[in-house]
Amino acid sequence: MTRRSVRFYQVGSFAVGNRLLEDADRTIQSDPNRSDSLDSGHRACQGCGEALGARYALDAAMRATNGRLIAVNATGCLEVFSTPYPETSWRIAWLHSLFGNAPAVATGVAAAMKVKGMNDVRVVAQAGDGGTVDIGFGCLSGTFERNDDVLFICYDNEAYMNTGVQRSGATPPGARTATTEAVGPNPGNVFGQGKDMPRLAMAHGIPYVATATVADLHDLENKVSRAMELRGARYLHVLVPCPLGWGSASCDTIKVARLAKETGLFPVFEAVNGVVTSVSTIRHRTKVESYLSIQSRYRHLFTGPGRPDIVAHIQAIADRNIERYGLVDGARDQDLREALT
Amino acid sequence: MFQIRFHGRGGQGVVTAAEMLSVAAFDEGRFAQAFPSFGSERTGAPVVSFCRIDSRPIRSREPVLKPDALIIQDVTLIHQVDVFAGLSSEGYVLINTSKSVDELGLGDFLGTFHRERLLTCPATELALEHLGRPLPNAVLLGGFAALTSQVTLESIALAIGQRFSGTTAERNVVAATAAYQLVVRAEEELERAATN
Amino acid sequence: MLQQIEGSRAVAETVARCRPEVVCAYPISPQTHIIEAIGAMVKAGELTPCEFINVESEFAAMSVSIGASAAGARAYTATASQGLLFMMEAVYNAAGLGLPIVMTLANRAIGAPINIWNDHSDAMAARDAGWIQLFAETNQEAADLHVLAFRLAEELSVPVMVCMDGFILTHAVEGIDVPEQGDVDAFLPRYEPRQVLDPAHPISIGAMVGPEAFTEVRYLSHLRQLDALELIPALAAKFALAFGRPSGGLVHSYRTDDATTVVVAMGSVLGTIKDAVDQRRALGDRVGVVGITTFRPFPFEEVRRALSGAHRVVVIEKAFSVGYGGVLAADVASATHDMSLTLHSVVAGLGGRAITQHSIESILDDAAAARLPSVTFLDLDRDIVNSERARIGERRRSGPSAENVLSDLGSVASRIG
Repeated sequence: MTRRSVRFYQVGSFAVGNRLLEDADRTIQSDPNRSDSLDSGHRACQGCGEALGARYALDAAMRATNGRLIAVNATGCLEVFSTPYPETSWRIAWLHSLFGNAPAVATGVAAAMKVKGMNDVRVVAQAGDGGTVDIGFGCLSGTFERNDDVLFICYDNEAYMNTGVQRSGATPPGARTATTEAVGPNPGNVFGQGKDMPRLAMAHGIPYVATATVADLHDLENKVSRAMELRGARYLHVLVPCPLGWGSASCDTIKVARLAKETGLFPVFEAVNGVVTSVSTIRHRTKVESYLSIQSRYRHLFTGPGRPDIVAHIQAIADRNIERYGLVDGARDQDLREALT
Repeated sequence: MFQIRFHGRGGQGVVTAAEMLSVAAFDEGRFAQAFPSFGSERTGAPVVSFCRIDSRPIRSREPVLKPDALIIQDVTLIHQVDVFAGLSSEGYVLINTSKSVDELGLGDFLGTFHRERLLTCPATELALEHLGRPLPNAVLLGGFAALTSQVTLESIALAIGQRFSGTTAERNVVAATAAYQLVVRAEEELERAATN
Repeated sequence: MLQQIEGSRAVAETVARCRPEVVCAYPISPQTHIIEAIGAMVKAGELTPCEFINVESEFAAMSVSIGASAAGARAYTATASQGLLFMMEAVYNAAGLGLPIVMTLANRAIGAPINIWNDHSDAMAARDAGWIQLFAETNQEAADLHVLAFRLAEELSVPVMVCMDGFILTHAVEGIDVPEQGDVDAFLPRYEPRQVLDPAHPISIGAMVGPEAFTEVRYLSHLRQLDALELIPALAAKFALAFGRPSGGLVHSYRTDDATTVVVAMGSVLGTIKDAVDQRRALGDRVGVVGITTFRPFPFEEVRRALSGAHRVVVIEKAFSVGYGGVLAADVASATHDMSLTLHSVVAGLGGRAITQHSIESILDDAAAARLPSVTFLDLDRDIVNSERARIGERRRSGPSAENVLSDLGSVASRIG
């Protein structure tokens, strides 16, 4: 990990208290002088993971660049709920062009900064999963291939949410969406290759690729800060549960994100120049049922006779991830071991 | 206005030939236009290019349908393409071949034209000799200068020098000069034959 | 300096002298020579400071231009045909955002059937997008229009596309006076954006606009184009003074003063038409030609004025709206609807078919003899058409029309024109 892992034992929960931490370890959100890049007043749903993730990510990027930042946003929930005409909740320089071109537009902004000698001004591009893995994929690959100086953040809520929850290339197997209804012999999204966007980013050999979730916001901030220390194309894939689209309770957003990690379904790691360099290990290995059963997009797997075969399939995916990334360390973390001795 | 049409195959520098000729005319203070007929570019496919030379600005953008001169860089085209289409009866023809016009079987067909304006020139052989490569385009321009006197050999040499550099340019000029002299001699012979 | 060079080269050098800061493009015939030349200049350090970006698609090319322009850089790109269509979403986006991007459109037919040769269907596909569209008659004008385009675009905050006929102009070598750097600098001030992404003064660009305000925003962009109708002639006058030759403007007339028949056209075909006009004049016919240089905004008033004495107007254009008819003809008809003249639409030169002086003169003959139909497809091979229609009539599975027509034509490689 980029930063020292923090152990919280104060209460029997995952509640985190900043007042226990050194100033340097505190979240940027605890700083009254934070940028508030995405300020209050936006129209996101209650419990929106993307609004949460974007606020943390952009404030971290603003901190890392001393406020010398331009953001480019693809069409999608974030863009729509943050700029309801005639208002904007962005306090930073922000550009929205189209759905599929955020990476290319960001490349253009970065080129303008370079040609004008404004090398301290950095560029962040952000999009949902659709704007990243589907319609934006060609442009994203181009930006990666040229190693353009852009940090691209994908807020992955695993479907086209703003248009009414339709399947995207990032929709996981078995999930119900409006275009992969839970009906018929193969309910929900069919199993396929799937687009493993973090690994596709790594395959381009770019300087930095990382995944994160809104369950560990310190980690998200750290990764954004780490990314902004580097130049060239960088990619951050953030899992952001969508209560509406996933059918989870709006108070469960962080819990759902944590379960995605703890089951192994969403590996959290960092990679440098195409090679995995660190992994956030699972604290309590959890069966996928705990994660799936609190989202009504998977309800069809559990109602009536249910679909234990699909659940088993999903469990197999989780197990494969755990194996591949080494997400479970039999003897727990080194730190913990040292603390216990 | 004097209109030239070039026929050749992709890879033989037909387009460059027209361009160089237009540069030569330009260098002499005239107006000139050169452009290719835009077939799918493919080595070996028939290619046509055009050049217009005039003392007034050239406005026309149509292909050269009534050429005053034809330069045929690849003799195999004669039986494949109607290369002589639209040729003025006062027209000039310069064919890249080591054969004579009669040996090509064109003697009768070309009977309606001025005999001394229809010549062949072994440009590929000259190119091989001087350049080491079978690129006859600049060479033929030397022959053209002698045949039509539309441009001087000096202007052709200048245009070659603007297009190519170093030894490539030098050798092309030498080859073009050789072609020029060949054509001059051929013309003299034809004249002698005519007066005899 | 006056040089005998390729049109593309002249455009590249002129664009370079306009000091673009971000240039990006995706290669497509027949624009390639322009972009290659600019790329080489940047790489060799001759054009600096400039970022030259090889993008992965035309959609990316316009998108990069959008980002660069919004961030305050002078942005330039070039495309044609299919490429224009591939970037169409971004083309509308650039106009809607009011970004002064300049783009060269090397006019080429749009498929299917795939065709790399010249016509104006690509420009027509973008005519409603909010870009100013200028059409060059010669390579000299093509080069000059780029200088005018940057100035026009940045003054109005409207993107401008300079249309030049693919292959016919881009690949033609002729005498072109490429403007000198000092003269361009004097004519074209630094880019001072009306809106810009600046961390020091953050604004949001690209908000969603609902029914409450969309009409007003679009109307404002329409007004900016109408402003162009004033600014274009003013800039053309300034250009003529500064560079010593006329270029640009809205329309220009040739021998129309006492003309009873006037031809209207755009682009390089005007040269051939002028030769035809001179030929007919020598025979005593009172004919003239009006060249439209600015197609969008459409100069209704100037077109009316230019055609005021004509009895007969023949619009010759390289495009048509399928199922409708001529596009330019419709605009000219609209401009002259209350004038007493007969309008003829001639669709010619599609997919690169040569428009010959001979054919133009035939059209003029037919017009004079009052036997020119209201819509003509010039040099149409009726036999081929009829043969395909018969085939379609006989068989359900008649196969793709394009392939059938090509089989009927036989070998095309041996054709000249």
